[in-house]
Amino acid sequence: MNYTDVAPPRAEVYDDDTVRGFVFFTMFWGAVGMLAGLWAALELAFWQCNLESPYLTFGRLRPLHTNAVIFAFAGNAIFASVYYSVQRLCRVRLASNWLSKFHLWGWQLMIVLDAVCLLSGFTDGKEYAEPVWIVDQFITLLWVAFAVNFFWTLARRREKHLYVAIWFYIATIITVAVLHLVNNLAIPVTPFKSYHVWAGVQDALIQWWYGHNAVGFLLTTPFLGMMYYYLPKAAEKPVYSYRLSIIHFWSLIFLYIWAGPHHLLYTALPDWAQTLGTCFSLMLLAPSWGGMLNGLLTLKGAYDKVRTDPILKFFVVAITFYGMSTFEGPMLSIRSVSALGHYTDWIVGHVHGGALGWVGFSVFATFYWLVPRLYNTKLYSLKLATIHFWIATIGIVLYMVSMWITGITQGLMWRAFSQDGSLTYSFIETTKILFPYYLVRALGGALYLTGLLMMVYNLVRTARSGRAVNPPVPTETVRPSRLTEQV
Amino acid sequence: MKKDHRWLEGQGVLMSILVTLLVLVGGIVEIVPLYYVRSSVPPIEGVKPYTPLELEGRDLYVREGCYNCHSQMVRPFRDETERYGPYSKAGEFVYDHPFQFGSKRTGPDLHREGGKYPDSWHYYHMRNPREIVPGSVMPKYSWLHETKLDTSLTKKKMEVLRKLGVPYSDADIEGAKAAMETQAQGIAGRLVEQKVENVQSDREIVALIAYLQRLGGDIHWREGAQ
Repeated sequence: MNYTDVAPPRAEVYDDDTVRGFVFFTMFWGAVGMLAGLWAALELAFWQCNLESPYLTFGRLRPLHTNAVIFAFAGNAIFASVYYSVQRLCRVRLASNWLSKFHLWGWQLMIVLDAVCLLSGFTDGKEYAEPVWIVDQFITLLWVAFAVNFFWTLARRREKHLYVAIWFYIATIITVAVLHLVNNLAIPVTPFKSYHVWAGVQDALIQWWYGHNAVGFLLTTPFLGMMYYYLPKAAEKPVYSYRLSIIHFWSLIFLYIWAGPHHLLYTALPDWAQTLGTCFSLMLLAPSWGGMLNGLLTLKGAYDKVRTDPILKFFVVAITFYGMSTFEGPMLSIRSVSALGHYTDWIVGHVHGGALGWVGFSVFATFYWLVPRLYNTKLYSLKLATIHFWIATIGIVLYMVSMWITGITQGLMWRAFSQDGSLTYSFIETTKILFPYYLVRALGGALYLTGLLMMVYNLVRTARSGRAVNPPVPTETVRPSRLTEQV
Repeated sequence: MKKDHRWLEGQGVLMSILVTLLVLVGGIVEIVPLYYVRSSVPPIEGVKPYTPLELEGRDLYVREGCYNCHSQMVRPFRDETERYGPYSKAGEFVYDHPFQFGSKRTGPDLHREGGKYPDSWHYYHMRNPREIVPGSVMPKYSWLHETKLDTSLTKKKMEVLRKLGVPYSDADIEGAKAAMETQAQGIAGRLVEQKVENVQSDREIVALIAYLQRLGGDIHWREGAQ
């Protein structure tokens, strides 16, 4: 490509308005989604919290919580960080203003529609795929808009080489599209009620192929992409190993897809599929930890900065939780461990280790770095960010430890037999004993939410102290691929 | 390797194609045989499609998000078969659109719920779980006892399901309304026999009871146990 040919007639600026929009909605929906989670947690301790309203029972509130934190909080965070970094990595403005706007506002509209449907009892009844038929169509349309905007931007890039973060974004966009389309294949009865074409055991396998890879390609790969872009930026250090990033990228995306059946161990799914799920889950440990090590070792020589910089604190703990969750996951995929842990709160704790620790902290780190730059100013309060870090960390620990205890307690009580060969505990006995731990879990969640609100305040003050800027794209100076040479 | 990969990083299209192929492999290898290898889901004689009333009851189960707290998948462990009944078999779920295995037991598994308790147990339990199970954290579902069951879509639902392979005959679909009334009145009659007051057969709770009492019964294990 001849770079001199593409010199623009007037100054091209980055489209950071779109990024700011997604940042705003990330924070907003994060607060809503986590509040819904806290509320649902309290309902398990005190059933009266549902206010005896059909709209607020646990069965409707929990899908709202998961949809809000996955699609609204994590989703918007992904779009914000992808759109910011892809412009810099390709040294070009986002391809289409219209698509960016459509994506930004359409996504929020979709979330509102989904939330109303879920609370009103319109649901597909599959975990993390609850949006009804019409919302599914809308998601497809928006995802296509995202994909077109993204790949079109890549096509117009001024950098020859695609940096590692972009590989992860590509994998995210393609795989999520495949998963969403296949899992939601359905014939509608009305726009709000449809029947999925899959049934029974096949439906279960497809659902968990989807569900597990929603974790893999919505909550892992885009966040690894974020790690590869924003961590070196924040640490002012190059990525530790280029070779490791190649190896762990290709092996991660290949292995992840196979691991779904570990959600169905000891069910009616054929044994061979269960065994494949277990094997690939165990193998997945290697590329996962490859990513973790590449992240942590990027800080080599900058460890002293971790002591003072809350952004790096968030990154270090995020990556550590990533390592921990990706260790716990394969362990839970071993049949005998799954036998104890499946159906219990252990799994809920495991998910939250990844969600609160890895996903949440990655977003916090990225945004504390990003927002001051979007407004050409400094972070309002480093101290407040540090307090946020500690409160949130304590919150996660309380959450996870209480869930480990409830999960293992209940799992052991279910399988306890008395001397005479009868079951020792009735089901309700195994439920009642969990009460104090449910309180601790709710406390953990409340701390985490408090931290988020502190962050919202901090970022709002930051934005107000600066001015929204759309910096010019450095189009003229043709530099060597600086970023692929690691920052 | 580094040099070749460096070249690849300049080829966005090729890279995207490679990613696509790579992520498709696992799914195809695991999912496709489940459809084409008959032994993956051994058919079970006696497994029948849901009646129209049970189907509506099942849709209520989905609507209320029961799967968030109840599983429908008994694992082959002694404690589970002791607590719930025979472990679940693949062939029992062939008409379940969508499957409702669940992933969390805040409450007990429900796959072998059918026939476990009398209809009145469910009627009272859904109205106020703590009347029956002190200490339960389950919400009250008293609106099910008040709201009239919407049957305007039942036929259309059955037609859609037939397209998906559920063997409803023309007669089944044509006679759906009548079949629903007969079954609902049967349940209402039993509720009255069991001393439940103010029973109305056209309420949502009746459809839900029909579904719950149907669960896991196609293999007739309760009859065998007696």
